[in-house]
Amino acid sequence: MSVAGASAGSPLLAVRNLTKLFGTFAACNGIDLDIRPGEIHALLGENGAGKSTLVKMLFGVLAPTAGEILWLGAPVSIASPGAARRLGIGMVFQHFSLFEALTVAENIALSLPPGISLARVAEEAARLSHAYGLPLDPKAHVADLSVGERQRIEIVRALLQDPQLIILDEPTSVLTPQEADRLFETLAKLKGEGRSVLYISHRLEEVQRICDRATVLRHGKVTGACDPRQETPASLARMMVGSDVAAVSAEGTNTKGEVLLEARDLDVAARTPFAVSLKNVSLKVHGGEVLAIAGVAGNGQGELFDALSGEYPVSKGEAVLIRSRPVGSLGITARRLMGAGFVPEERHGHAAVPAMSLSDNLVLARSQSDRRAFLGGGVLGIIKSAAVHMAAKRISAAMDVRKSGEDPPAGSLSGGNLQKFIVGRELDRQPAVLIVNQPTWGVDAGAASRIRQALVDLARSGSAVLVISQDLDEIFEVATEIAVISEGRLSDAYPARALTREKIGLLMGGMHGERVPEAAHAH
Amino acid sequence: MRIELERRPRASALYAILSPFIALVLTVIAGGIMFWLLGKDPVSALYSFFVEPLLDVWSLHEIAIKAAPLILIGVGLSVCYRSNNWNIGAEGQFIMGAIAGAIVPVVFHEWHSPLVLPLMLVFGMIGGALYAAIPAFLKANMNTNEILSSLMLVYIAQLFLDWMVRGPWRSPEAYNFPVTRDFAPEAILPEILTSGRTNLGFVFAIVAAVLVWFMMRYTLKGFEISVLGQSERAGRFAGFSSRRMIWFSLLLSGALAGLAGIAEVSGNINKLQPVISPGYGFTAIIVAFLGRLNPLGIIAAGLFLALTYVGGEAVQLTLSVSDKVTRVFQGLLLFFVLSCDTLILYKIRLVFPGRAVPAAQQGAE
Amino acid sequence: MGIVEAILLTVITAATPLVLAALGELVTERAGVLNLGVEGMMIMGAVLAFAATHATGSPYLGILAGIGGGALFSLLFGFLTLTLVANQVATGLALTILGLGISGQIGEAYVGMSGTKLPQIAIPLLSDIPFVGPLLFRQDLIFYLSIALVIGVNWFLFKSRTGLKIRAIGDNHASAHALGIGVIRIRYLAVMFGGACAGLAGAQLSLVYTPQWVENMSAGRGWIALALVVFASWRPWRVLAGGYLFGAVSISQLHAQALGLGIPSQFLSALPYAATVVVLVLISHNRRTTLINTPASLGKPFVPDR
Repeated sequence: MSVAGASAGSPLLAVRNLTKLFGTFAACNGIDLDIRPGEIHALLGENGAGKSTLVKMLFGVLAPTAGEILWLGAPVSIASPGAARRLGIGMVFQHFSLFEALTVAENIALSLPPGISLARVAEEAARLSHAYGLPLDPKAHVADLSVGERQRIEIVRALLQDPQLIILDEPTSVLTPQEADRLFETLAKLKGEGRSVLYISHRLEEVQRICDRATVLRHGKVTGACDPRQETPASLARMMVGSDVAAVSAEGTNTKGEVLLEARDLDVAARTPFAVSLKNVSLKVHGGEVLAIAGVAGNGQGELFDALSGEYPVSKGEAVLIRSRPVGSLGITARRLMGAGFVPEERHGHAAVPAMSLSDNLVLARSQSDRRAFLGGGVLGIIKSAAVHMAAKRISAAMDVRKSGEDPPAGSLSGGNLQKFIVGRELDRQPAVLIVNQPTWGVDAGAASRIRQALVDLARSGSAVLVISQDLDEIFEVATEIAVISEGRLSDAYPARALTREKIGLLMGGMHGERVPEAAHAH
Repeated sequence: MRIELERRPRASALYAILSPFIALVLTVIAGGIMFWLLGKDPVSALYSFFVEPLLDVWSLHEIAIKAAPLILIGVGLSVCYRSNNWNIGAEGQFIMGAIAGAIVPVVFHEWHSPLVLPLMLVFGMIGGALYAAIPAFLKANMNTNEILSSLMLVYIAQLFLDWMVRGPWRSPEAYNFPVTRDFAPEAILPEILTSGRTNLGFVFAIVAAVLVWFMMRYTLKGFEISVLGQSERAGRFAGFSSRRMIWFSLLLSGALAGLAGIAEVSGNINKLQPVISPGYGFTAIIVAFLGRLNPLGIIAAGLFLALTYVGGEAVQLTLSVSDKVTRVFQGLLLFFVLSCDTLILYKIRLVFPGRAVPAAQQGAE
Repeated sequence: MGIVEAILLTVITAATPLVLAALGELVTERAGVLNLGVEGMMIMGAVLAFAATHATGSPYLGILAGIGGGALFSLLFGFLTLTLVANQVATGLALTILGLGISGQIGEAYVGMSGTKLPQIAIPLLSDIPFVGPLLFRQDLIFYLSIALVIGVNWFLFKSRTGLKIRAIGDNHASAHALGIGVIRIRYLAVMFGGACAGLAGAQLSLVYTPQWVENMSAGRGWIALALVVFASWRPWRVLAGGYLFGAVSISQLHAQALGLGIPSQFLSALPYAATVVVLVLISHNRRTTLINTPASLGKPFVPDR
């Protein structure tokens, strides 16, 4: 395929002074960007830098407030995703735009012009997926597919339009390192065909590996345009963050104490049709340790958190032990009273109620563990709002939570600040055991570094910390031990120093029953 | 022209207070249009509907009598709706409370004791609570939608009452009229003022509203109700049980509806008959929303909807329009209340085509 | 005509409004919108169909009035829940309360009047088949429409591209929006289709079932239709089967009353309502299958960001 009218060097897509306001907040502020034919162009930036807003405007999901978009030199208005597709822009969403209840072929048909029969869609999809090494069964229901397979649907769906520009939003965040390698091969093939790729990521290492040019965003503005291969990760990071981010300090030593958290042959049947069942999960976390559980999303992380936190207790009491006492059949309140603290993955509607104030959200997690401080009036259970307010203030100060107003609703805080509050809410009671699911998901670099430091410090003070994370960088920063979860099974734990990314990738790809031999690791 | 919503960074406290009033104004305007369509002078019709009843003592008492069940039921429903349990069968619980409470004065009519009345009230609450326990059980244990089950039980309760007053409980002295015997004087809820018929039921309503308001405002239980209503998952994280909340909210609202039922027959009708409610159980849904699910707001809302009943009767007499206008008014009011509540969370923008597209963006397509 | 035929005919007449209303609600719910106002739209259809028939003398214009009235009335619900993102449960209740009120007001003038029954249309040849002919092929237009709609909706939902879009929106409105599917527009249409079907069901009540106007004549059928959608796990053919099952229950209680079995009539009248609860329990007590069948975005508010 050829790109008519665009000689090498003149851009396929150009963005001039593009701006998007939400109310008074400028999510994108005067963005300029050129994408040349046949290049892989990286769009770098932190969470909240405006990357997603920008690509949503390019794909016609959001309408720009000001500025213009040029396609092959001519100004265009992209009023809808359909219009974007007709121009020749394809999109692979970060949080997939797929329909669980529909088949692969139906999912693909939805973005094609009407009048094409499902049978033909399936045929075409099969042909394309074969050509690009992305195997797919058109008749399968999406609900039954893995995350990697789902991404293939998105890519095939984009390719069916024969696009000249393909936008991928954080595509590797859900893949194992091996799956990511395969994706990079596909991207190289697309580039070889003369197509352009806009590659959105905050992972510097892969951007340096595959991208020809990079544009960096910060606070909705372009802060740099460069050839990533000429840069160092540190210089790229500085462009993204604006300053040096404090690295997590590994100063001090961890003294290994007693086993404070343990799971023994924990089995949990899938609660819903879309859930993963846990099989035979065993783990031990000593005081002073940070055990990190790596794994690709959707392999049982949420279910493991539910079982360990007691939100969904299991029937066997001995399956979970906190400070050597069996708690498997007890609820979350009982486990909190034994000194455990919990931080779930989802901030809005799980860890916090967005419409409620921070102090209310403090009561949410600690009404029973701090009964004496927060409640009065005997059986009436009257909330002592003065005491709660004071504690909320203390936590905000300790974790540097930036907020507007004294006690704003949780939903009005940025992701990073709310997460700092949610983590701080648990740290404030010095828990003996802390279980955290995806501690810095969708959080800016400053907050992420602060939260990770807090986790490391807590372990160093003698507590047992369990971190469930998809982010390998994070895992290597905080963990003393690492285990991998895949399809509801947990690998043995290895000392963090004994593992490499590749080894973790292999474990992620599925041990499928065969356990890694009891090898050279001490426990 | 297109309407677009923009989420406010936080709920607007101003509109949280204003929205019921905007809804009232819109309802009055729509009501005026309705009277005009019916060929009546809107101003005088609205005057006799909304103002005249406030000007004489007898009507004020009627309003209090009708407001009592509306407030009692509405307060219970507010707890249900805040906790995301959609009990819409309060009408049935009202009826069953009335029947259960009437056991004492109908079956044991020869027993005279000051205990009769308290016992009736307790029975009424138990009757309403037990009837609400059916949808509670079905939702908590059988995963059955409470909206449909509680509503179906209303029809069943109505038929059951019909059978009771035509069958086993029909008064031997009523010449085949489908009514029970009249309640004895000690089974009748006393009046509280010398100026008119307002009875103790109104006091119950105010006390219930204040107690529930206190619970919602200051206690951990109230906090639990709000949390579970906004996010079941966050509630589970807090250690609250949504299953127990199903029971709590439905039993509480059932008991209050049952109390309303027995208070109505004891204080106002003084016997059972085939129809004992002009739809209080459904109107109370409107009361709950107009009061913004706040018990103190519900007192005001209950008084207002009671006014629509009395005003409806008034225009029926003075303007000879049907009493159906009351129901239309009530329906319109709920619509406007729900519409205006949008203002609390969203800014509403009218987008006119042509002005929406910035000049810089025009071009191909 | 034998006794069996006579009974089956009454079953068909009782089942048709349930099938129609449930079918409309099924499409609405497949698009992810829960409209609890079926009862209100149905009663509006009933009164408008009666009024239009009375005014024009033509029951066919009455049918049109019922359909149009139901669809227009449902727009009110659509505006609140889709444009203003009001709570769907509460708004559906409001629609029912308002519908009962307005229909009572409009119908005031028609109380006690005898109406016009919708004529039967005998289909040549087919209507001469013994037994089946008079039952299925000597029926009124609304019955034929109900069958055609079941077939049509089934085809539309599972074979047409717009049907696919409706199912996609019901599954995940955010994804549908990201793909450029007009979520709000299609939901408006689905809501109006539900309203039109409920209005048609109401027209059947006041033109066929009991050709007159009685206040609150829908008598909870709108709510039963809502339960039918759950019973049918959102599948058109099962709506047909479920509708006839419920029709049979409500007719059996009428016949039982006529026979005078010594059971109080109130108990028999309560039977359809009790049956609805029992069926709901049986269908929904398995949480897993309920989760699989229910459109995932049902009842959830959606605000597109632009």
